[in-house]
Amino acid sequence: MPLYHNEDQAMLADTAAGFMAEEGNIAKQLRHWRDRNCKDGFGHGFWKQMAEMGFTGMLVDEADGGLGMGHVEAGIVLEEIGRNLTPSPFLTSSVLAATALKAGSDDLKGRYLPGLIAGDAVFAVAIDETAKHRPSRIATRAEKSGNGFRLTGSKSFVIHGGSADMIVVAARTSGSDEDADGITLFAVPKDAAGMSHDSVRLVDSSMATHTKFDGVELDGDAVIGEIDGGRVVLEAMLLAGRVGAAAEGVGVARGAMDMTVDYLKQRKQFGKLIGEFQALQHRASHLYSEVEIARAVTIKAQQLLDAGSEQADLMASVAKAKVARAARLAVQEGVQLHGGIGMTDEYDIGLYMKRDRALAEFLGDAFFHANRVAQLSGY
Amino acid sequence: MSDLETFRAETRAWLEANCPPEMREPVRDDEDVYWGGRRATFKNAAQKAWFEACVAKGYTVPAWPKEYGGAGLSPAEAKVLREEMSRINARPPLSSFGIWMLGPALLQFGTEGQKARFLNEIARGEIRWCQGYSEPGSGSDLVSLQTFGEDEGDHWVVNGQKIWTSYADQADWIFCLVRTDKNDKYKGITFMLYDMASEGVTTKPILLISGNSPFCETFFDNVKVPKSYGEDCPAYVGEVNRGWDVAKYLLGHEREMISGAGGGERSAAIGAMMKRHAAKLGDDLDPVLRAELAMFDVDALAYTAMGEKFLDEIKVGKAHPAQPNMMKYVGTELNKRRHELMMAVGGSRSLEWESEETGGGKPARGWLRTKANSIEGGTSEVMLNVISKRILDLPGA
Ligand SMILES: Cc1cc2nc3c(=O)[nH]c(=O)nc-3n(C[C@H](O)[C@H](O)[C@H](O)COP(=O)(O)OP(=O)(O)OC[C@H]3O[C@@H](n4cnc5c(N)ncnc54)[C@H](O)[C@@H]3O)c2cc1C
Ligand SMILES: Cc1cc2nc3c(=O)[nH]c(=O)nc-3n(C[C@H](O)[C@H](O)[C@H](O)COP(=O)(O)OP(=O)(O)OC[C@H]3O[C@@H](n4cnc5c(N)ncnc54)[C@H](O)[C@@H]3O)c2cc1C
Repeated sequence: MPLYHNEDQAMLADTAAGFMAEEGNIAKQLRHWRDRNCKDGFGHGFWKQMAEMGFTGMLVDEADGGLGMGHVEAGIVLEEIGRNLTPSPFLTSSVLAATALKAGSDDLKGRYLPGLIAGDAVFAVAIDETAKHRPSRIATRAEKSGNGFRLTGSKSFVIHGGSADMIVVAARTSGSDEDADGITLFAVPKDAAGMSHDSVRLVDSSMATHTKFDGVELDGDAVIGEIDGGRVVLEAMLLAGRVGAAAEGVGVARGAMDMTVDYLKQRKQFGKLIGEFQALQHRASHLYSEVEIARAVTIKAQQLLDAGSEQADLMASVAKAKVARAARLAVQEGVQLHGGIGMTDEYDIGLYMKRDRALAEFLGDAFFHANRVAQLSGY
Repeated sequence: MSDLETFRAETRAWLEANCPPEMREPVRDDEDVYWGGRRATFKNAAQKAWFEACVAKGYTVPAWPKEYGGAGLSPAEAKVLREEMSRINARPPLSSFGIWMLGPALLQFGTEGQKARFLNEIARGEIRWCQGYSEPGSGSDLVSLQTFGEDEGDHWVVNGQKIWTSYADQADWIFCLVRTDKNDKYKGITFMLYDMASEGVTTKPILLISGNSPFCETFFDNVKVPKSYGEDCPAYVGEVNRGWDVAKYLLGHEREMISGAGGGERSAAIGAMMKRHAAKLGDDLDPVLRAELAMFDVDALAYTAMGEKFLDEIKVGKAHPAQPNMMKYVGTELNKRRHELMMAVGGSRSLEWESEETGGGKPARGWLRTKANSIEGGTSEVMLNVISKRILDLPGA
């Protein structure tokens, strides 16, 4: 498969770019909800609009009412989300939770997928338990209780946890905290008794929760996939999420870069456009190179994932790490090359810096994924 | 099976039958590389057999048309062949500036007569070419070159000096940028082809920091260059005084080649290999060195994907025409970093300059050689200038 978008994908990219620029732009979404101190951090009306565009269920199988598209397509939408810093539950709901639900029973799919596809429901995922992404260690426990389970423990960095209708929770049903086996995934509904959220606003104005499970009683049919065999579902979900987060990061990087290169062509100092100074030209060109490469490896990871290749896991970590570094460079150069106004809230470039920070942390930062690349490569 | 799958199966079988095991070992030194030319000798029978099998099949230049010695492969087929060759680590059967540089320029700008003669010679490894671009006063600012060809009717008389001419002392012919109009900087250069055995051509090897001397100063003292080598076979490519267009086109291919975008060791990850290397030396990787290797591998694997994307896009005309400059910039900087890390893992062993254990100082000499990557074929700074101007459209670039 050639490493660029085919005709259908290019058309989707045009559509997504137009829609996000029009409806998902910074003024209409991010600033709008932020300035109103919105407790959800995004607009439910916009989520509905995304459904009307056919985006919300793009990864859901056609048999389940979705579009049965792949991660290249989801990545196209995510790149535009990134470029516009559009707050939405797309990544957690339509990518992560939707991937987990592929392993769910028909009953679970029937319960949750129609709401997702219609843009009525929002899903979150609860994986991390400490301030860093360490999915190999899961201490939250689900003990057998009657026909179901009792869930006890706590999770952090649950993006959209407070507004989610359902949260996919990775919990331990056997073994010790560090074991690979003994994990089970649960679809925990919003109104589960014993679940409590401590909502926090993050640096990028997105909303996350520290979520506590204090003996939450769950029916047996809340299990996604196999009891004790949830690691495979978790891995699949993480893989999709990482590739998706990389795509969004590419959008953030490109948005920041384009804004900065434009600024170099407008701002005058010393009687010249600052873009005439070679010191800045070289920095911009270096940045361009890094962002192009990050985008290439992200598309590569998407294609490998869609093809079910064994290489997808390695390439997902390469992509996540590479994008994290390229986007970090983009936002740092972005603020610096804007000079004083880059530090102001009025200018959007600072918003890119904040979003990059939160997005890079989500599902593992550059250090986590570079380390993973080394491990997967055998050193 | 699709046509491409059939082709892959056939190619795999052909390689199995024709690529000797010795030719699947990594290239260790310049003797392992077959450059062709009048004075060429084979290192061993395997090198000869592999070369001859490829010539017969058109696989020294697989994507060139059959009538010029190639195999006429489509871009997709050429990619399959590349993949299958790299799967078994097959060495290139023939390396040459004719393949990487002059050939593509002739395919684009050459006359039928030039193509029939020179491309076939290149494909069969008969003539080894060198590149006469740089001069002592004209490096990055190549267009300021001074080597001059006086028009004497049916021939030119060329005087001047080139420098950094790689393998000039071993080459048979030169493609050379010669000023033929002193009044027009850009439209006063002719892209000439001539025999290095011509009277008045002398070369003087230059010793590099690696201790090797693969390049030369090249002097032209009243060299007589005929304007034509026969019917439809002029001694210049493109038009007289319009050689700059050819030169620039060729530089694009040169940069692509130096970038390592086509895969191979230039773009590979090295961490696992370095761990094994450290173990052989009785050591383990320092945690911080391991971390640097991991970051390097991220960049290298990402760059490999970029190389694949770049080649895929070139085929369908989607790549930005200035993209080879970006590939060259990143690929060469990456290669320098790779060798810095390899030296670090090798420790004091890699400092040895002549020892048998290091094959005569290969790690150190190889490391030093890579420093030229970001200079030859246009420096990194010049690449960044080109990206600024042609891709980012920055003012005054
Ligand atoms: C938090 C904060 C507090 C401040 N407090 C004060 C204060 O109290 N009083 C006050 O007077 N000012 C203050 N400043 C202003 C500060 O001094 C200016 O922001 C600074 O001098 C840069 O000028 P600029 O913002 O116009 O950026 P510009 O000069 O427009 O620079 C934009 C970009 O172009 C680059 N650039 C400009 N010229 C060149 C060149 N020749 N070569 C290469 N690159 C170039 C810059 O490095 C920068 O990256 C403050 C700024 C900030 C952010
Ligand atoms: C191993 C090797 C093999 C070579 N083989 C050949 C060959 O076969 N044939 C051939 O013709 N040539 C060959 N070259 C020459 C090569 O193309 C030149 O060295 C190269 O173009 C740079 O020119 P220069 O050495 O004169 O450096 P200069 O142009 O003098 O550059 C010196 C420094 O200034 C920087 N610089 C120059 N201009 C600018 C600018 N506008 N903006 C910012 N920075 C700038 C450069 O980046 C560099 O860092 C070879 C070189 C090497 C090292």
